[in-house]
Amino acid sequence: MNRLEIQHLHATIAEQEIIRGLSLTVPKGEVHAIMGPNGSGKSTLAKVLAGHPDYKVTSGSVSMDGEDILALEPDERARRGIFLAFQYPNEIPGVTIANFLRAAVQARLPEGDELEATDYYAKLYEKMDLLEMDRAFTSRAVNEGFSGGEKKRNEILQLAMLEPKYAVLDETDSGLDIDALKVVANGVNSLRGPNLGVLLITHYQRLLDYIIPDHVHVMVQGRIVRSGEKNLALELEEKGYDWLRDELAEPAVA
Amino acid sequence: MVSEVSPLEIERNAGNFFYPETHVNDAGVGLTEKTIDYIVNIKEEPEWVREFRMNGLKIFLGKPMPTHWASRDLEAIVFENIRYYLSSGTQAKRSWEDVPDDVKRTFERLGIPEQERKFLAGVEAQFDSEAVYSNIKAAVGEQGVIFVGSTEGLKNHPEIFRKWFGKVIPTGDNKFSALNSAVFSGGSFIYVPPGVKVKHPLQAYFRINAENFGQFERTLIIVDEGAELTYMEGCTAPKFNTATLHSAVVELVALKGAKIQYITVQNWSANVFNLVTKRAIAHEEAEVKWIDCNIGSRLTMKYPGVVLKGRKARGEVLSIALASNGQHQDTGAKMVHAADETTSNIISKSISIGTGRATYRGLVHVPKHLKNCKNNTECDALLINANSRTDTYPAITVRGTGNSVQHEASVSQVSAEQIFYMQQRGLTAAQAMSLSVNGFVNDLVRQFPMEYSVELKRLIELEMEGSVG
Ligand SMILES: Nc1ncnc2c1ncn2[C@@H]1O[C@H](COP(=O)(O)OP(=O)(O)O)[C@@H](O)[C@H]1O
Ligand SMILES: [Mg+2]
Repeated sequence: MNRLEIQHLHATIAEQEIIRGLSLTVPKGEVHAIMGPNGSGKSTLAKVLAGHPDYKVTSGSVSMDGEDILALEPDERARRGIFLAFQYPNEIPGVTIANFLRAAVQARLPEGDELEATDYYAKLYEKMDLLEMDRAFTSRAVNEGFSGGEKKRNEILQLAMLEPKYAVLDETDSGLDIDALKVVANGVNSLRGPNLGVLLITHYQRLLDYIIPDHVHVMVQGRIVRSGEKNLALELEEKGYDWLRDELAEPAVA
Repeated sequence: MVSEVSPLEIERNAGNFFYPETHVNDAGVGLTEKTIDYIVNIKEEPEWVREFRMNGLKIFLGKPMPTHWASRDLEAIVFENIRYYLSSGTQAKRSWEDVPDDVKRTFERLGIPEQERKFLAGVEAQFDSEAVYSNIKAAVGEQGVIFVGSTEGLKNHPEIFRKWFGKVIPTGDNKFSALNSAVFSGGSFIYVPPGVKVKHPLQAYFRINAENFGQFERTLIIVDEGAELTYMEGCTAPKFNTATLHSAVVELVALKGAKIQYITVQNWSANVFNLVTKRAIAHEEAEVKWIDCNIGSRLTMKYPGVVLKGRKARGEVLSIALASNGQHQDTGAKMVHAADETTSNIISKSISIGTGRATYRGLVHVPKHLKNCKNNTECDALLINANSRTDTYPAITVRGTGNSVQHEASVSQVSAEQIFYMQQRGLTAAQAMSLSVNGFVNDLVRQFPMEYSVELKRLIELEMEGSVG
């Protein structure tokens, strides 16, 4: 029951099928990595899970702890516990990180409950320290003028504050230098535990040296073509994606 | 994104929140010399006021509608059908039970106190704030500050009143200032003696009554040398019982070294024509700041201005306009530099929702013979939907060599991706939208008094809830 379960999922964008019969289960408490070449549909999968209106699910199902979530609005999914760290986070001009996160935390409280400001700031500062973020960031507008690394840190800060049940991290490592990567990995590792399932999307195995996954899946052309342990990532690194692509060339032409 | 009529508007119209009018003491409909005689007689005004009003009427009737540069929508005003004067305390009896639930809920959401709700809904003709008001009045009275209604001002303080009345905005300034001159009632008269710094903002709100919520308020404020005043007008509550034409005139005089801050937050019903003339004269080293927030109405035309008459005078207009479906906010600012080393600053932000239309119309004038004058103008427009509209007519004429001008304008749109990003964090589409809009006006709102910025934020939330489909 306690798992994010994707079954035989097909999804399209602009009438093009990108996800082509994908099945995957992430039990709560585990970290699953998805690796795959550019264009294989990793970000598409992330957006579909989060409920982006431009993507259409044509068949299959996605459930969270036994509950179908495909009929839910993006914000309902989010409040029920799905979090997406975006590959390309958006800017929100004029809205400070502190105010934005405050609104997001408030949105999770039962109606009529008011967020306690001092508790909120105490927690926010704690998480910022963990991610080695300057506190001055709280009064900066969300992602406005942020460097690539700052944007990614900000995504993980939000993850830490919102305490979802399942988190999808879409190439959180891309564009980070090794120091920033360590900080981000450290942040994610500190959130690992029995109450969080993680779907870690990455193009490179480098990230997996710092966030050790319980399982690794390889995605090619909208499907999981191989699943295995941590060493599958190393194998991929060695042989490249072409190895799998060639192997799978035939069935992929469906 | 599909846009719908905001629920507030639906309530106002479908609920048809206008009561049958059975006024005893009114001037009837239409405007003639008889109307003016009626007003002067019932208000027991001096003869010079009758002449002033009659002159206003003559000019009003003689001037064409300004539809050549403004909106053709003005032609929809039927002057013959308007009631130009209602005396206070004579409104029809209504009961709180008659007020639609949706409207009550709106009051609740805006956090308006019980007693005021009844007044705003038109259930009570008088808002009993006499206790609060007399405290304020007593406090400022000790310092020699005069804070009364315009009628009391012209009767009891004619020596100060007449010196400035109609001098900042002459009757013939425009058709609607002439109309106001003919039929004005309500509004405030304030005089602050030299060197007196009024600590707390004065609010028209403290002396609310039917007249003050009238259609043709007239406000005159004189702040003497080195004195300071903040004045707040209006409130964010929707005014359900106002008539369709609102045409006020506000004149400010800041004498040498004086400071005036005039703050307006208004939220009109969707059927109102809001045509207001506001202008200040700033003498040497004086500062005048207009903070102006316009929400609602069918058409608002309002361009607060400052005539920078003395050396080193400063003028500022900070404005926010929110135009929802079917509404047109035609707002802006006028800065007339008339002395050396004068500076002016205009920051205007507008938000257009659905078919809402926001127009910025400015006028900055620096003649050739002046030296070291500066103007800064910034106009930012935010469009919520693809069919929303904004226009900018800055009209800046700066002549002469030693003067500088800076002008920036931007148009931006809330993107679907931005909304999705915020929804992914758990905010509803409406919450996401209102947060974006609040972010857009944030740097400006920060300069407002605390209670107004909180109210404004709530108001934006309410408007956005209805506009996101
Ligand atoms: N908005 C879009 N419109 C049309 N095609 C898209 C859109 N987004 C993604 N695609 C296509 O979907 C495929 C998968 O893209 P994506 O999910 O971003 O891959 P990955 O994240 O694995 O690199 C690509 O071929 C891309 O061109
Ligand atoms: Mg991607």
